[in-house]
Amino acid sequence: MTDALSFDNLGVAYRVKGKMRQVLDGVSLSIAKGEAYGLVGESGCGKSTTAFAALRYLPRNGSVNRGRILIDGQDIGLLSPTDLRHLRQFKVSMIYQDPGRALNPSLPIGRQVAEVFELAGVPRAEWPARTHDILAKVQISDPALVMQRYPHQLSGGMQQRVAIAMAIASNPTLLVLDEPTTGLDATVEAEVLDLIQHLRHELSTAILFISHNLAVIARMCDRVGVLYAGRLVEEARTEEIFRNPRHPYTAGLLRCLPQAGRSKDKAMLATIPGFLPGPGTKITGCVFAPRCALADQTCRTVEPELLRTDDRASKCHYPDRINELDHISNAAPVAAAVRNSKTILQVDGLAKSFGSGTQRQRVLRDVGLELRAGETLGLVGESGSGKTTLARCILGLLQPDQGSSLRFAGEALAGTTALRSRHQVKSIQIVFQNPDSALNRAHTVYRMLSRTIGHLVGLRGAAREARIKSLASAVRLTERHLSAVPSQLSGGLKQRVAIARAFASDPQVLICDEPTSALDVSVQAAILNLLAELQATKQVSYILISHDLGVVRYLSDRIAVMYLGQMLEIGPAEAVFSGPHHPYTAALLSSVPTLDGASTERVKLTGALPSTANLPKGCVFHTRCPRKIPGLCDHDAPPQVKLADGHVLMCHLAPEELPAADRNIPPTITLP
Amino acid sequence: MTDLPTPVEAAAPEHGWRDDLRRLRGSVSFVVGAVIVLFWVGCAVFGQSLVPFDPFADDLMNSLMPPSSEHWFGTDQLGRDVFSRVIVGARDILTVAPIATLLSTILGTALGLTMGYFGGLIDEVSSRLVDAVLALPTVIVALLALTALGTSTFTVLVVIAFSFAPIIARTVRSAVLSEVSLDYVAAAELRRENTLYILFIEILPNVMPPILVETTVRLGYAIFTVATLSFIGFGIQPPSPDWGLSISANYGLIGGGFWWAVLFDCLAIASLVVGINLVADGMESTLND
Repeated sequence: MTDALSFDNLGVAYRVKGKMRQVLDGVSLSIAKGEAYGLVGESGCGKSTTAFAALRYLPRNGSVNRGRILIDGQDIGLLSPTDLRHLRQFKVSMIYQDPGRALNPSLPIGRQVAEVFELAGVPRAEWPARTHDILAKVQISDPALVMQRYPHQLSGGMQQRVAIAMAIASNPTLLVLDEPTTGLDATVEAEVLDLIQHLRHELSTAILFISHNLAVIARMCDRVGVLYAGRLVEEARTEEIFRNPRHPYTAGLLRCLPQAGRSKDKAMLATIPGFLPGPGTKITGCVFAPRCALADQTCRTVEPELLRTDDRASKCHYPDRINELDHISNAAPVAAAVRNSKTILQVDGLAKSFGSGTQRQRVLRDVGLELRAGETLGLVGESGSGKTTLARCILGLLQPDQGSSLRFAGEALAGTTALRSRHQVKSIQIVFQNPDSALNRAHTVYRMLSRTIGHLVGLRGAAREARIKSLASAVRLTERHLSAVPSQLSGGLKQRVAIARAFASDPQVLICDEPTSALDVSVQAAILNLLAELQATKQVSYILISHDLGVVRYLSDRIAVMYLGQMLEIGPAEAVFSGPHHPYTAALLSSVPTLDGASTERVKLTGALPSTANLPKGCVFHTRCPRKIPGLCDHDAPPQVKLADGHVLMCHLAPEELPAADRNIPPTITLP
Repeated sequence: MTDLPTPVEAAAPEHGWRDDLRRLRGSVSFVVGAVIVLFWVGCAVFGQSLVPFDPFADDLMNSLMPPSSEHWFGTDQLGRDVFSRVIVGARDILTVAPIATLLSTILGTALGLTMGYFGGLIDEVSSRLVDAVLALPTVIVALLALTALGTSTFTVLVVIAFSFAPIIARTVRSAVLSEVSLDYVAAAELRRENTLYILFIEILPNVMPPILVETTVRLGYAIFTVATLSFIGFGIQPPSPDWGLSISANYGLIGGGFWWAVLFDCLAIASLVVGINLVADGMESTLND
């Protein structure tokens, strides 16, 4: 049987500034009909290039300069324009990362989906019925209604369903999915992945699934290929590769992830030292050798072959020595920050609304929390739950509504930075989510640090210089980096600069708003280690906002769960994770894909997040709650349920009825 | 903490204005435009000492001579050499128009930064005022002002600066709006920078590319406006060999077949404006990506 897709020694290069840069180098892989193949790797490894090459849809400056691409046995490099069109019409479909941009904003969904049938030559009279059917197939509950909507009227998850419907409408042989769930919330991601899984069994389409998220790949794919610097370094069946990697890079990727049972107090995270070589760099020997702990003289001079044994392959000289690598970081955990019960920040009855009248968006309602000195409070919840608004209110960037109370070290905090004392402003700082946005691209690193120190600490001259140097070395920036502007730094370095700036004023409370979501896993591990280390040495309290529960679990002492601007649960990290916990927390936890691909029963959330302009009556979560008690939850606000150790949640269920985790999340996998 | 490597960057990519300049040199329209503009700037600065004839010297015996090997562009009614007058004529317009544009840029940038950064009521009110000013035709406003205040180069400068500033303000405002939502502005507020610092040191450098492009485009229009005002007698005053002025003095002669006294001045204005627009085009495609 011919394979649905096969790459034969594929090489792709981009012409950049007149020079050809090799982005894919000798990639060979094949996907059988009906098989799901996952491609993982960090950004810049060539994943998306692979996807576009499979459709012969490379950017204008890219070209295939070696090897062949076969789809269903046909060499697509030789196709005429008509045949290529035919191929894209009937044989391959692609689903992109951002459905909002993949759909045409000016066409109603019905018209847009019908285009696929129009192209396929289906008679016009059949379009509406066929469109209706295909939307029903992607589990859209009211296709007729959705067909009349425009893309901006649908949620991200619905948009991605529509994109999937369009992709499968022609019943293609091969479906290419490029990070299809990366922009979605965990609960929505889980639904979309369920859908893809379901469709796969129904349609027997081959899938090329591209993701940087190992757990998603583990859940979705039969076989996995690992790309590094444009080369396929390892390939194996999914359970094999995660249990028993045969390439140091794969092993490194797996060990970087924060795992259940690990926390900052017990061990530092493993990291992959060094950097990905830039595209087009001349490399002798193994491409991973500069970052590999196993590398020896052979590795640095002789490029290993992709050795295929049985049904797996590894491009390593020493695939049997992977076990010699350290499982976790050798580095001893830093001494934990002294956590005392002194409350440093107290928030009571915090509310924030935007707009007025019927348009009034109540983004935060009656939020209360207290942060103790030296601890980390993890803040989780779907996007739109008000996490960032809460952070901005605490910082004084947004003025909270009347009646809100914020206290720092016992003293009341004014609503805006301008009204706060210098001491208060310098004591509460933030590491923003995206360093590209947080660092002024026109300013040098030196300037950013020196302004902060000058303004908030009031140091001048030599004292300031000394302070800048010590900050830079604390986040492991060299003096050379100080004169750089952000565009000259990599993502990880930029985030280090942002962290250095946040620490410049010696804050006592530091808000970390998704500090690693813009970073690759190996860089993420280094940044998390850095944050843990700085917390211990500087005795600072963190409020950690993250959608990545693994990250939250690794760093947090306590966890708060937010939904629609309300705090549904707050308590010690272990208690919140293992339960008994709020039904919403249970749903959030169970929607996270697991590395071992174990499919335990998921708590499914139905429906979309209600609008903050029209909050549900009673419990805000009742519209989506699987444990809703009709007549009670949709009528009365839930009472506070107090459990042990200051674990508090808002629910009508009695403590003994509350759900609890029947598995560890994120799961423990037995590391190789 | 021993497992964190000291991060070492590969060759840092070029950045800043040096890189921009290098990329601009690769743009055909920018290079062609720049050559034309530099030619006229050269004429404005050194023209007086290079031209074969004194552009102000009458020679009534040789009036309205057609182009010849002696007078390349012919002579005008008073027998003055048209070639010399066209070359030297670049001087006044290339003084007034750039200064007027610069004034309008300074004014418009300050206004646009304020509107975009503060938003709210300030933005609402200023935006409506800007719309109102934009609704007025520049030449009519200029005529009114010049009639009321008396004809002078200073008035021309002020009028052009005021009527162009709103357009620049609008461009700057929209660029600032997308910057204000970036976190570096919040970071500056969190270290209690004053507003002027945030506006001019934090935000301004990041909105320079659109400002430069808009300024260049405005310069083209300013040349046009100055030439028009001179043509109707309210701009640059005689005896300057200014192009608009020369056209106005000689256009009545076209009917008599004496085209050369008008054509070359027209071509001069056109080429200068085209050159400036080519520069703006090149800048827009290179800087705004």
